[in-house]
Amino acid sequence: MFVNSFNVRTFAANLKQGIFKPIRMKINTLKNIVLSTLFIAVFNISFASETKDGGDDKKFDPKDMIMHHVQDAHGFHLWDWNGHAVSLSLPIILWTDNGLTTFMSSAFHHDDSGKEVVERNGAKFVKLHGKIYQLNEGANTVAFDDKHHATNASKPIDISITRNVFMMWVSVFVLFLVFITAARSYKKSENNVPTGIASFIEPLVVFVRDDIGIPMIGEKRYKRYMPYLLTVFFFIWINNIFGLIPILNGANLSGNIAFTFTLALFTFIITTFSGNKNYWQHIFWMPGVPVPMKIFLMPIEIIGIFTKPISLMIRLFANITAGHIIILALMSLIFIFKSIGIAPVSVAFSLFITVIEIVVTAIQAYIFTILSALYFGMATEEAHH
Amino acid sequence: MTIFGIAAIGAGLAAIGAGVGIGKIGGSAMEAMARQPEMHGKIQSSALILAAFVEAVALFGVVVALLQAAPTA
Repeated sequence: MFVNSFNVRTFAANLKQGIFKPIRMKINTLKNIVLSTLFIAVFNISFASETKDGGDDKKFDPKDMIMHHVQDAHGFHLWDWNGHAVSLSLPIILWTDNGLTTFMSSAFHHDDSGKEVVERNGAKFVKLHGKIYQLNEGANTVAFDDKHHATNASKPIDISITRNVFMMWVSVFVLFLVFITAARSYKKSENNVPTGIASFIEPLVVFVRDDIGIPMIGEKRYKRYMPYLLTVFFFIWINNIFGLIPILNGANLSGNIAFTFTLALFTFIITTFSGNKNYWQHIFWMPGVPVPMKIFLMPIEIIGIFTKPISLMIRLFANITAGHIIILALMSLIFIFKSIGIAPVSVAFSLFITVIEIVVTAIQAYIFTILSALYFGMATEEAHH
Repeated sequence: MTIFGIAAIGAGLAAIGAGVGIGKIGGSAMEAMARQPEMHGKIQSSALILAAFVEAVALFGVVVALLQAAPTA
């Protein structure tokens, strides 16, 4: 198997000069963006021969392709070129019995069926369906039972920088860049007139304040919750947009249930801890109804505390994932029918859905933020008799 | 019929329900906006929130269908 793996430190240096220099000149405080250059220095672009046996004879399976795109992965698979996969590899970080083990995902040479065995730190690893397995003592190849489950391997604790983690850092970096630039332009301007990027950001911030914060939480208390609402709004929005960029190959971050779970957990914690006496009274002993009804309502209200964040989690996850699946399913129509005649129809439809999805990115960020604000408003509402 | 086919039918039924729900919300919102154009903004934002609630139910159906369709690891 021919492997030609080269580290692109010179490429990274060029990229640093070309892309980051103008930005650095603009923002003097962000001089030490070591993080960004570190990332790029860590990657190496590798061309490795694909372990494809069937070639074109292999039947195209849209379900398989779509699931690969929607799920998280160790590395960005960009495209196939002359039968070789062109990809960006990402670091794999594992916590095994022998301690921390790290290597690049290019060590697997794009193998996903457990054939390529990587030996590091006294243990053997294989990649199987996107997950890293550690082979048991003495085993040299992975063995399967009749349901295609590995029998002689176990999963170590995997804290790798996967493509979702990587994309999250990219979006955090972009958000910092945009908002620090905006904040600095306010400092410079004489009478707080927005200039540059700030004139784009200010209407959005004002929108979150006037259309989400104040009507849902109320004039008196909304200021406490504005930092969270703004963070959630812009973070979800930018991650939704990044998920739609085709070259990033379905870094489906906001369509990942762990990601939406964490965001919903924050909303849940803030709601629970900012709940006042009135809020808890309405849950445990509903005022103004007869006693049997109070007893009947209590379990329903207690379940309600948990279903609210759960529905937030499922809504964002399912909306974004469904959008990705629809676009990919329309594209795979070309390969199902094996005809170029269907391509214009397929491209037109997926363009149409993509435009709708661009609207959905903003709407879902808005819905998540406004519902969070609604729950905070419910938790802090004063009793009115 | 495989279990995947049944799951797909379930997702389709959920979509019908959500379609009826969102249609009713959209229709009434349009009517209300035509009657009271000055309330346009408020009606639109509450219609969006209500549509999100209805849509969530359909999405629960889609998620269940996906769980059936996804290869069990």
